[in-house]
Amino acid sequence: MNAIKKSFREILQYPSAIAGLVVVVLFIAVAVYAMIAIPYNEAITLWRSGEDVWYRNPKYASPAWFNLFSRKKLPESFAVNTMDGGMEKTVVPGDQDTSTISVNYKFNYSYDSFPQELLLYFDSTFVEKQPFVSILMIAPDGREIRIADFGVDAKQTYRFSQDEKLARRLKNTDAIIGIFADPAGDTASPVPLKGEYQLALTGVTFEKDAKLEVEFVMHGQVYGLAGTDHARRDLVVPLLWGAPVALAFGLIASLGTSVLTMIIAAVGAWYGNWVDELIQRITEVNLVLPFFAILIMIGTLYSRSIWVILGSTILLNIFTGAIKGYRAIFLQIKESPYIEAAHAYGATNLRIVFVYLIPRMIPLLIPGLVSSVPTFVFLEATLAVVGLGDPVLPTWGKIIEDANSNGALYKGYYYWILEPSALLMVTGLGFAMLGFALDRIFNPRLRGV
Amino acid sequence: MTSEIQTISPAIQTKPKSGSSTFSRVFRYFLLRLITLFVTVVIGVYLTILIANMGGHVDNIMRSEIREFINAQVTANPANRDLLPEKRKEIAEKLIAAKEKQLGLNTPFAIRSFRYLTNALSLKLGRSLIMTSDNGSKTVRLIILERLPATLLLMGSSNLFLFFASLFWALTLSRNYGSFWDKLVIALSPTSAAPPWFYGIFFILIFAAAFRILPFGGMVDAPPPDDTIGYSLSVLEHLILPASALIFSSLFISIYNWRTFFLIYSSEDYVELAKAKGLTARDIERGYILRPTLPTIITNFALLVIGLWTGAIFTETVFLWPGLGRTLFQAIGFFDTPVIVGSTIIYAYLLAITVLLLDFVYALVDPRVKAGGGN
Repeated sequence: MNAIKKSFREILQYPSAIAGLVVVVLFIAVAVYAMIAIPYNEAITLWRSGEDVWYRNPKYASPAWFNLFSRKKLPESFAVNTMDGGMEKTVVPGDQDTSTISVNYKFNYSYDSFPQELLLYFDSTFVEKQPFVSILMIAPDGREIRIADFGVDAKQTYRFSQDEKLARRLKNTDAIIGIFADPAGDTASPVPLKGEYQLALTGVTFEKDAKLEVEFVMHGQVYGLAGTDHARRDLVVPLLWGAPVALAFGLIASLGTSVLTMIIAAVGAWYGNWVDELIQRITEVNLVLPFFAILIMIGTLYSRSIWVILGSTILLNIFTGAIKGYRAIFLQIKESPYIEAAHAYGATNLRIVFVYLIPRMIPLLIPGLVSSVPTFVFLEATLAVVGLGDPVLPTWGKIIEDANSNGALYKGYYYWILEPSALLMVTGLGFAMLGFALDRIFNPRLRGV
Repeated sequence: MTSEIQTISPAIQTKPKSGSSTFSRVFRYFLLRLITLFVTVVIGVYLTILIANMGGHVDNIMRSEIREFINAQVTANPANRDLLPEKRKEIAEKLIAAKEKQLGLNTPFAIRSFRYLTNALSLKLGRSLIMTSDNGSKTVRLIILERLPATLLLMGSSNLFLFFASLFWALTLSRNYGSFWDKLVIALSPTSAAPPWFYGIFFILIFAAAFRILPFGGMVDAPPPDDTIGYSLSVLEHLILPASALIFSSLFISIYNWRTFFLIYSSEDYVELAKAKGLTARDIERGYILRPTLPTIITNFALLVIGLWTGAIFTETVFLWPGLGRTLFQAIGFFDTPVIVGSTIIYAYLLAITVLLLDFVYALVDPRVKAGGGN
C-alpha cells in the first residue's frame, strides 16, 4: 500500500504525467458515460440505420459551433411536426365531410448561406379520396411564393429542390436559392434575405375520418455538436461510442500481450534448455511474419469482428523483441539468493515462476503496459481505415474511414476527419505521457536521465 | 523503453579459430545467419499458408470458382444444347472432378500445404482473380514485383533519413543534456504513439488541402513528364509527404531512446577515464560512446524498420502511393485472395531480407564477430 502511495506521489512530480493521468481518467469517464447514455444495442441500431432514422439531419454538415468562430453564419437545421404540436395546425370542418386544414410555421432565417434542402413529410389517412394541399412560403419582405399544389398519398415526401416546376417559376436553377435569395441582390452571387419566413400550408380532406399530418424539415449546413456524415448520421454517436471500444481494445490487447509475454519469458528463463531455445526460435519466426498483412488476411478471409482481430493481435504480439528483454532480466533474477532459498525448501517450479519470479517484474511491466495502450488503440483505427473495422460497432477509425472514402480531405469536410483524429491523438498522448513518466519512475536505469 | 533494447540476433556462437582472417569470420557468421533466416522464412511462409487456408478457405474459393467456370462452359457449349439437364449436370460434375484433380485439390491438406509451400517459396504465387498488372497480366508475381520498386523507394529513403537523423540528433542532445531542445524532444516523444498514416492525413490536410504546395497523393504527376529529370523531380515532390509522415512518426521516439542510451553509456568508467586523459569530445563520442553502442542501436533500428515495413501498407493507402501496400489494400477491396496471400508472403521475404541486411551491418560493426569471440 505504501509503495503504491509512494509511486503515486512520484507521478505527481511530473507535469506530463499529471496531464496524462487527467486524460486517461477523463477518457474512462467518457467511455462509461457513453455506455450508460447510449446502450450497446441502441448504439449499433443508430449507427447502422439509414434515412429512416436520420432523415431529419443534413448531409456533410459541420458542427453547429462552427458559427461561433466564423463571420459567415451557416444555417442550422430544424424539424417541426404537427403531431407533437411543434407546428400549429387548425382544422375547420366544411360541407359534405370535407375539412380545411391550415398549417403555419414561422421561422427566423438570419444566416449568410442557403440551406441544403427543405422537405415536407406528409402522413395522411383516407379511404378513397386523397387530401389536397397547397403550399405557400411568405418571405420577410411580404412576397408570397407559391410552392406547389398536389394530392397527397398515404405517405409522401415533398422535396423543394427536386421540384423543377418550382425552380422554373422562380427563374432559378436551384429552387432553394430561388426561395431564399434577396430579390434586390446580385443574381450571379445570390445572398439570402434575412428575416422571418412563414410556411403556410392549406390542406383539404374529402372524407369524414381523413387525417393529415405534416412534418417540415430544413436541412441546414451545420448540425449539432459534432456534425453529420454522408449518411446523415449524427457523429456524436460514433464519437462517444468510440471511447469504450478503443478503451476495451487498447487495454485488453496491451494487458494480454504484456502479461503473456512476461509469463512465457519467465517460463523460458526458468526451465532453460529446449524450452528456452524453442521460445527464442518462435520469436525469430514471429519477427519475419508480416503482422499487418496477416491481420488483413484474417480480416478478409475469416471475420472482421473486433474480438477475432483482438485475439489475433494478442497472439501475434506475444513473441516480440520484448520477450528477449524480459528474458534477460529474468535470467538475472533467477540467480538471486531468494530464488535459491525457495528452490532449497522444495518450492515447485510453477510456484517459483508465478510467485517468486513474475511479481518481481511487475514494476517494469506497468510502464510498458500503459505506453503500449495507444499502439493498440491506433491499431484498431488503422484496420478500420483500410476497411477492416468491425462491421457493426461504431468506432473512431470507422469515422476516419468513412471520411476518407468519401473524399473528406479533398472536398473540405475537415471536421469529419479532425474530430475522431483529435480524440485518437489526445487519448494516445494521454496514455503515452503517463507511460513515459511511469517508465522513468519504475526503471532505475533512467533515474536522473 | 531502454529495457527493450536487446540484441535480436542470437548470440554469436561461432567458435574462434585462431589464424582465420576477419573476412572469413564475418563471412561464416553471415552464412550461418543466412541459413537460420532461410529456415525461419520457410517456417514463416508455411504458417502464413496455414493461416490463409485454415478451415479450407482458400480451397473453397478455388472449388467454387472451378464449379462456376465449368458450369458456365458446359451451358455455353452448343454441342450440349440438346442434352437433358441431368446429362449436362453429369458432364459438368465429371469435368469439375477432373479439374480438381489436376489442381491437386483432392489430396489431403497436409500434402497440399507442402505443395503450396514450395510454390510460395519459388514465388509461384498463382493467378489473381480480378486484379491485373499494368500490362494486363494476371500473374500475382508480376503484379507484386511491378509495385515493389515504389515501396522500396519510399521505405529506403525514409528509413535511411530516419536512421542518420536520429543518430545525429541523439548524439547532439546527449551532449547538451537538459537543454531546451533536449526537453522538447522528451516532450514530443509520446507523439510517436500514432502511426505514420495518421500524421499522413494531417500532412495532406496542411500541405495539400490548405496550402496547396504539395500533391495530395500518387507517385508522379498525371500525365507523367517525358524527360528523366522532370520525372524524377515529380517523383521527389510526391515522395516528400509520405516520407515525412513515416519519418515524423518514429523520429522523436528513436531520438529519445538513443539519447537516453548514449547518456547511460557516457557515465561508464572508461568514458570518465578518456575524459581524464584529456581526449577531445569528438574522439570520446566516436570511440568511446558510439562504438560500443552501435550494435545495439542497429538492432534497435532493425525492430523499428520491421514495424515500419508492414505499417507502410496504410501510409501507402492514405497517400495513394502505388506500392505493395496499396496493392494489398486494393486486393482486400476486390477480395482477391491470391494477391492477398502473395503479398503477405512477399512481406515475409522483405522482412527477412531486412533482418539479413541489418545483420550484415551488425557483423561489420560488432567487434565480437570480427574478433570471432563472443561467448
